[in-house]
Amino acid sequence: MTIDWSAFTPWSALIGGLLIGLSASLLLILNGRIAGISGIVGGLLQRPDNDSSWRLAFLGGLVAAPILWLLVAGAPEIRIDAGYPMLILAGLIVGFCTRLGAGCTSGHGVCGLSRLSPRSLVATLCFMAAGFVTVYLVRHGLGG
Amino acid sequence: MPTLVSFLLGLLFGLGLLISGMINPAKVLGFLDIAGQWDPSLALVMVGAIGVGTVLFRLFGQRQSSVLGEPMRVPTRQDIDRPLILGAVGFGVGWGLAGFCPGPAIAALGAGEGKAFVFVAAMLLGMWGFERWQARA
Repeated sequence: MTIDWSAFTPWSALIGGLLIGLSASLLLILNGRIAGISGIVGGLLQRPDNDSSWRLAFLGGLVAAPILWLLVAGAPEIRIDAGYPMLILAGLIVGFCTRLGAGCTSGHGVCGLSRLSPRSLVATLCFMAAGFVTVYLVRHGLGG
Repeated sequence: MPTLVSFLLGLLFGLGLLISGMINPAKVLGFLDIAGQWDPSLALVMVGAIGVGTVLFRLFGQRQSSVLGEPMRVPTRQDIDRPLILGAVGFGVGWGLAGFCPGPAIAALGAGEGKAFVFVAAMLLGMWGFERWQARA
């Protein structure tokens, strides 16, 4: 392991994290809801309708953020190296599995760990480990 | 009121993803690539988010109803079951393949990233498939 000091952005990471934590906390305090993105999206696909207005509003705010950013600070850096077949495969897996496991990085990783939930701790350890192994295999294992 | 609050908090969440760089899959993969040139930034994002969350959830998480009078919908399950583990492991694999988890992928739509639209469409299909599978089971 070598730390890439040129890529490491400790302060912006910490400040961005604080804002994410503040958003998740306020959603619970003000609206009584957990800010798990996969759960918010997944609820829109459930029938009967599972109060979709707050879900759509939250997701609308999420989409509006880069638009606002674009106007004030210019285009954010977003580099997506994966090709289309890989994006489709990854999207299908992420969609199905976040619903199966009842959460993703936000619901389990941020909200669940903040609530000291044992289920979320196990889930977070599992998806982190699987993410590390997957990237290792893709970049270094399979002829990488 | 709760709808407006949700929009503003979605905006705040998105700004957090933008400031931290987590909207960028290349940066997320830089964290997951521990054997390569490692970028520890994501760990500090989690520290910041969980740091705030732990304090505020502890102070306000036990309320009977939310400040705006909404019911508190907090998960109560404690059991570690097979779907939790299989789902989390599978999610980690998909996350590692493209560097996208649901939040950043949806936020990247607002930046007009064509590839994010493809990922999100596939993700919605995967979620829809789960609902169909649940309804059948």
